[in-house]
Amino acid sequence: MNALKQLGQYTLLLYQALRSVTEFSTYRQNLFSEFVKIGYQSIPIIMLVGIFTGAVLTLQTAYQLDTDLYPAYIVGSIVAQSIIIELAAVISGLVLAGKVGARISTELGTMRVSEQIDALESMGFNSVAFLVIPRIFAGILMFPVLYIIASTLGIIGGLVAGAADGILPAAEFMKGGRLFFFPEDVVFGMLKSFVFGFVITSISCFKGYYAFGGAEGVGNATTQATVLSCIYILLADFVLAAILL
Amino acid sequence: MIEINNLTKSFGDNLIWRDVSFTIQDGETLAVIGKSGCGKSVLLKHLNALLYPDSGEVVIDGQCVFDLDYSELRIMRQRFGILFQGGALFDSINTFENIAFPLRYFTNKNESDIKKEVEKALEMVNLKDAGKKPTSALSGGMRKRVGLARAIILKPDYLLYDEPTSGLDPQTSDEINELIVYMADSLDITSIVITHDMHSVLSIAEKVAFLDDQKLSWFGDIEEMKKSEHPPLVEFITASEYKIKA
Repeated sequence: MNALKQLGQYTLLLYQALRSVTEFSTYRQNLFSEFVKIGYQSIPIIMLVGIFTGAVLTLQTAYQLDTDLYPAYIVGSIVAQSIIIELAAVISGLVLAGKVGARISTELGTMRVSEQIDALESMGFNSVAFLVIPRIFAGILMFPVLYIIASTLGIIGGLVAGAADGILPAAEFMKGGRLFFFPEDVVFGMLKSFVFGFVITSISCFKGYYAFGGAEGVGNATTQATVLSCIYILLADFVLAAILL
Repeated sequence: MIEINNLTKSFGDNLIWRDVSFTIQDGETLAVIGKSGCGKSVLLKHLNALLYPDSGEVVIDGQCVFDLDYSELRIMRQRFGILFQGGALFDSINTFENIAFPLRYFTNKNESDIKKEVEKALEMVNLKDAGKKPTSALSGGMRKRVGLARAIILKPDYLLYDEPTSGLDPQTSDEINELIVYMADSLDITSIVITHDMHSVLSIAEKVAFLDDQKLSWFGDIEEMKKSEHPPLVEFITASEYKIKA
């Protein structure tokens, strides 16, 4: 019953957001600051995630395929494709569920329990347009950019790790990567990150916007936002793979 | 004029109050009193439809606020200024920007006019030099003053105060009470003050609404309240340690 009520509230919030999209002047300023917070300020962690995912994947794949049955460059193929299709989007999404999702739900939750959202509404302000729309827009627009960064650095990380460890020369890695590179895989990865951006920001906005019960309530909202975002990322990942691959 | 007709509100199975009805005339200052948790703030949030009742209506100049669509409601809400319990200041911007916020979004004033208006509002609440301060650097009393400056910046018809003196020392409480009277007189504004501070009620109110036992237990003017022998009201006043001389 409670789950149905939450689903109804979530749908209504999204509907209200959709209806308020035309109020650009209300959210213009917040939109740019959210681009910075969600996009620009997430670049360092995404770089780290990308590099280490690629590096570890290369070392582990090379270890598992340490046989004469396969050519060495196949490691590059596996690493590049895994990163482009799956890992760059999903691992970045899970990390950003913590970084971005937690910030959004805490910020809005604190605004709710300290009556700042009531203050906005009482001034005649559309609080959904002001607070929710810029965060969702910034999420769906910036996540694909972060995905590109994560996948590029993931491949570079794999290439460098393989060469540095002496298990796979850079030229071989590149050869393997190119051999199985399909542009539509990049489109698929970007589509995933677009969906994950929506999932994380909309769930976090919803949990924060309807938070209640003081500091403990904000804590609960943040925990729920992060956990639910992770669950729905994995679910969306499966659904997209089942439909599009 | 604000008419409250047969307002009933509950949260789930928890009835807050039933069939609350009274009228606030233009220019009056009404104090809504009652024990903590009796639903005073909930009542306040019904006046501009921040909350919706189970039944009943709030009629402002002949129009029920609960019948308005969202765009009409937003226009109506601009007729209200609210001082929230903790000030409800936006902590991502400084004091000046908090007060300027409604002006920037709801008027076409240029930067120099906004500056003048904000400085005037800050002066009215005796915080002339606080504009550049971050809201985190403001004391409880200062936060309420800044909240008040923001509430009056669009020159509302109705000013709602939610526990304006709670958590303040007696001297600062007196200053806030003086400000409420000053605002009502100088801006010719209708004020509704939620409080359980009887000292505050005696300083500012013309009319009093007493919420008790999930209903409007008593309503009348301040002089009637002093003479009232309505037991729950007398008990509430006595518990407040203020002996009222008739």
